[in-house]
Amino acid sequence: MSFFRLQGKFTDNLVKIYALYTGGFLAFVVLMAIFEQMGMTADTIGLCFVGFTIFIYALIGWLSRTMQVDAYYVAGREVPPVFNGMATAADWMSGASFVAMAGGIYMGGHPYLAFVVGWTGGYVLVAILMAPYLRKFGCYTVPDFIGTRYGGNVARFCAIVVLIVASFTYVTAQIDATGTIASRVLQIPYGAGVWFGLVGILLCSMLGGMRAVTWTQVAQYIVLIIAYLIPVFWMSIRQDFGWFPQLSYGDAVARIQELEPMLQVGTLKPTETIAGVAALTNLHANPGDSALAAWKFVTLVACMMLGTASLPHILMRYFTTPTVKAARSSVAWSLFFITLLYFTAPALATLTKLQILDPNLATSIIGKAIADVQALEWIQKWGAVGMLAVSDSNGDGILQINEFFLRPDIVVLATPEIAGLPYVISGLVAAGGMAAAMSTADGLLLAIANALSHDLYYKMIDPHAETKKRLIVARILLVIIGAAGALVASLKLTGILGAVAWAFCFAMSGLFVPLVLGVWWKRANRPGAIAGMIVGLGSGSLYLYLVKWGGMTPWIGLDDLRFGIVGVVCSAVAMVVVTLMTKEPEKEIQDMVDEVRVPSGATILSSSH
Amino acid sequence: MSQMSAENRQGHWRKTRRLMFVHLAIWFVFAYLIQWFASDLNQFRFLDFPVGYYMAAQGSLYAFVIQLFIFVKQQDAIDREFGVAEE
Repeated sequence: MSFFRLQGKFTDNLVKIYALYTGGFLAFVVLMAIFEQMGMTADTIGLCFVGFTIFIYALIGWLSRTMQVDAYYVAGREVPPVFNGMATAADWMSGASFVAMAGGIYMGGHPYLAFVVGWTGGYVLVAILMAPYLRKFGCYTVPDFIGTRYGGNVARFCAIVVLIVASFTYVTAQIDATGTIASRVLQIPYGAGVWFGLVGILLCSMLGGMRAVTWTQVAQYIVLIIAYLIPVFWMSIRQDFGWFPQLSYGDAVARIQELEPMLQVGTLKPTETIAGVAALTNLHANPGDSALAAWKFVTLVACMMLGTASLPHILMRYFTTPTVKAARSSVAWSLFFITLLYFTAPALATLTKLQILDPNLATSIIGKAIADVQALEWIQKWGAVGMLAVSDSNGDGILQINEFFLRPDIVVLATPEIAGLPYVISGLVAAGGMAAAMSTADGLLLAIANALSHDLYYKMIDPHAETKKRLIVARILLVIIGAAGALVASLKLTGILGAVAWAFCFAMSGLFVPLVLGVWWKRANRPGAIAGMIVGLGSGSLYLYLVKWGGMTPWIGLDDLRFGIVGVVCSAVAMVVVTLMTKEPEKEIQDMVDEVRVPSGATILSSSH
Repeated sequence: MSQMSAENRQGHWRKTRRLMFVHLAIWFVFAYLIQWFASDLNQFRFLDFPVGYYMAAQGSLYAFVIQLFIFVKQQDAIDREFGVAEE
């Protein structure tokens, strides 16, 4: 397998290698299905899936080990656009996308589609405003761009702070998700699952940095997309919605809208509360008639989009392409691969809901006798870990819509069991969720550790450090930050989707305006950028604190998931005003901006700065 | 950067900027405008979907993907026109 180390040869053979890998993975799934028929237990199958895939990632991580700076920080800048698109898609789609999003749509209905729109449309901003220019710049990290474009250690330091606040919030949610899945599959306590997940994450990234993360992320994308699509296709065929559910589940939406009044969804409220789980009370396709509902939808979309375009672990993926043009087309490919999952999520939520509600389907539980429902295996299993509850509130022995309680996060993981699919599919979905959470955690940990090792240590503290020392420092930081993340995750402070939304709001508050204006406004200068970052992050955080813990009434529906709107507006005002009050940047800086705007010519920063 | 005339540079940036505004306008329509009127659009059906739901769950996503592949082509054409494409 030495071809992994001969980069030239490896990148020439990418299609062949990953086709082989995909075939091998599918063969593994078939093998597991056969073993299941032969009597292998569900627990062993789950264990095999998670164990086998993590072993493969770790192998890729080990084979991609490197001691070269540009291989460690930017994968040697030789990742072709399509593969970088897959890696970005894995980097992007986290536990929140894979595990929580469909569950959110299941529970919340139309308003949750704001995540679907926001997490895809953000890439339009990345492609048009950011990625090609940052690639031309030749930076290793996002603070590297801020520090060089605006000059000075203060600007660089502010960017590091924003990066850490946003990425660390995000990474704890991912380690949380790996811990949840690991504890479920390996049947170990959640706390131990978190540390197990961390070891898996570090195996992928520690030895090879960005190069290792890139090639494991491609492998993880393949696993997660197969795991997400198969159950949906399967359910669709069984429910007679055709072979391509994404096009034809309109009938399923219509059927749910027909069932909702019959089952009194939204009118029959739960009469008791059970901690951690909730009953379905929202209509599936009702966006709400008020202007406030529309406003809340578009502000959430805006937060997710501007956050996308400011999150360092995403932007840094586009530093790895060979050319500026490749960076641009790589964004388009990323969005394509992401859309494959995102346009399936609402279909999954719809079909799963129909499995539960529709009395014509054998799997339905609403309207059935409580005793029968409680005898179902999946109800018992998820009930035992507190993820769902069935309670006969009115004592009539029949399960009503307000008597079935569920934690939205489990919808995707439980769907194969709800739909009565073989356990091999559940094992596959667990492996997919693990891949999604691990790949994102890897990207985030690397973004934080690289900012600290490259920008803080090398650029600000010890500019004469030799290559070997820089790379060792980078790795030590990676382990320390990972451990800190696992420690915070094991405290379970917030839910997965909430923490992720905060990360987006932090990133957009502090970084969006300085990044965009750094390219698109030549006049933008250092004091302006510093003011933009400090005021943006400061006002956003303050608003979050006041709304979430300070008892303040949110302004026109801007709750704690949307505080980035406040942050980014303050940041823009502060940056523009301060820039105009101070003198324009030096001639060299302005020439540099001119140079960033054209694709041809050498990068601004040399290849091993 | 010396081999490029200031005029050429300005022309390239003017066209790049215009392309940026055009695409951001399209993006704005699909990301915000259509979503704002989801409730009204739900009165109509497309492939049996309520249209407001469809646009949020799928329609806008297709628009973004197609838009980006077209953008890549257009920006590359501009770079070539002004001789600033790579190679």
